[in-house]
Amino acid sequence: MPTQDIRTIVDAIYRAESSRVLATLVRLLGDFDRAEEAMHEAFAAAVEQWATAGVPENPRAWLVSTGRFKTIDALRRQTRFAESMPDLARWQSTEPPDDLELDEPRFCDDQLRLIFTCCHPALAPATQVALTLREVCGLTTEEVARAFLTAPATIAQRIVRGKAKIRDARIPYEVPSLADLPERLSSVLAVIYLVFNEGYSASSGPAINRTDLSSEAIRLGRMLFELCPDPEVAGLLALMLLHDSRRLARVSPGGDLILLDEQNRGLWNREQIAEGRALVNRALSTLGFGVHAIQAAIAALHAEAPAAAETDWRQIVALYDVLLQLTPSPVVELNRAVAVAMRDGPESGLQLVDAILDRGDLAEYHLAHAARADFCRRLGKIAEARSGYTRALALAEQEPERRFLQRRLRELG
Amino acid sequence: MKYLLLIYTDEASWTPAAREQCVADSTQLCHELHTRGQYLDASPLHPAAAATSVRVRGGKKLITDGPFVETTEQLGGYFLIDVANLDEAIQIAARIPGAAKGTVEVRPLIELPGLPTTTDAAL
Repeated sequence: MPTQDIRTIVDAIYRAESSRVLATLVRLLGDFDRAEEAMHEAFAAAVEQWATAGVPENPRAWLVSTGRFKTIDALRRQTRFAESMPDLARWQSTEPPDDLELDEPRFCDDQLRLIFTCCHPALAPATQVALTLREVCGLTTEEVARAFLTAPATIAQRIVRGKAKIRDARIPYEVPSLADLPERLSSVLAVIYLVFNEGYSASSGPAINRTDLSSEAIRLGRMLFELCPDPEVAGLLALMLLHDSRRLARVSPGGDLILLDEQNRGLWNREQIAEGRALVNRALSTLGFGVHAIQAAIAALHAEAPAAAETDWRQIVALYDVLLQLTPSPVVELNRAVAVAMRDGPESGLQLVDAILDRGDLAEYHLAHAARADFCRRLGKIAEARSGYTRALALAEQEPERRFLQRRLRELG
Repeated sequence: MKYLLLIYTDEASWTPAAREQCVADSTQLCHELHTRGQYLDASPLHPAAAATSVRVRGGKKLITDGPFVETTEQLGGYFLIDVANLDEAIQIAARIPGAAKGTVEVRPLIELPGLPTTTDAAL
């Protein structure tokens, strides 16, 4: 086969398989850097050898075996000079990976291990995100840096430090025990949601990169759901799909934010909505659903309404009540107040928001003041509305949100 | 893998009864770790007021009263354990009574070959 064709095939396999090959190599070699090096050597060998020998039946297993062999071989040659004997003995004592060990469930296990290790709570959240994007999603350091508008050197340093902590503090390469699973899973979900939100609500930077981040988060969510079909994983995946379904409708061609009730619902992605709704139903019918599933159920109710005026606010308020019980917070209370205002009128909403603000909560949160201003506007209390929007504008930091608040102020006259 | 678990709490927050309970619970934890082969050493420390800090500068000893840094939570004791990985260390740290009042810092040890062991010292 011509070398050019082989390169194309290997490139395609790299994109599809590299994170799985790496995950298994980390288990076999016990070290991220060694595993990465082994993987690159294996892919280089593939380009050379497949041209004459043809593409193997199971390329993934071939790549793992080759990478592992090359590392052990290199180490064996080094041992004459270096003190890496204990490592070598350890790897050789583990059974060689025959075909049985490289079956599909084993690969899935390894990938799940990799996710849990990268999202270990002993690592700083920013490190968890960088490591996950780099090691699990296979993004390059430059791609991660671009997505977070950070210098590549900063991301590279974060990744190096993260790997060093994994090695030195011996963060295990394991799926957590059942007792720890809920806590550890929530740490993984937090990383995925952070990546999604960075892509979804970021205000600055080239838009295309940010979209990539949301897609990457959804891809991660799908991967995790396949590996670990927990109701909260389903809930988070549904939540991301339902939010993302409105992507085209929530920003005007000029880059301005369009609120839910003013969006062109014809632009919503029906396929994503259908998938999200199915996942929500599945999550809610399982014991053990949590905050993500409830939030997704709320997003699903919005997605189901043919027009803003036909939204089922009664049910949305009921879901916020459940959410408040699961996770009491002033922000959830604020969202509930907005839903109550839609159900019962702005006067009820105003009372609830004032109660939150009177307690001293959310005094510095721009959306609380924006919501209050909005209720006042609808009640005809123009002066109060103006001071509310002004306060919100002083606190808001995202450009599209600031433009939205400025527009509201202009509209008040 | 060896880990040093450093227990930081606000010394002033302990009542005599709470301290007694802490000692009893910690002792039990030590015995439990010992039966699992994970125990190396553990001890409470006298209050930070009993601390003396020593620095040598230009060959001269500088002795000062008090701990290395004055903080709101003070080092009050430690566990030295030998476990498989950080998750096991965290699990034990979470069971130390001080973790419920203050903070337990988990520090992996760098294991140097060629250091004398306790058995050597006894000989």
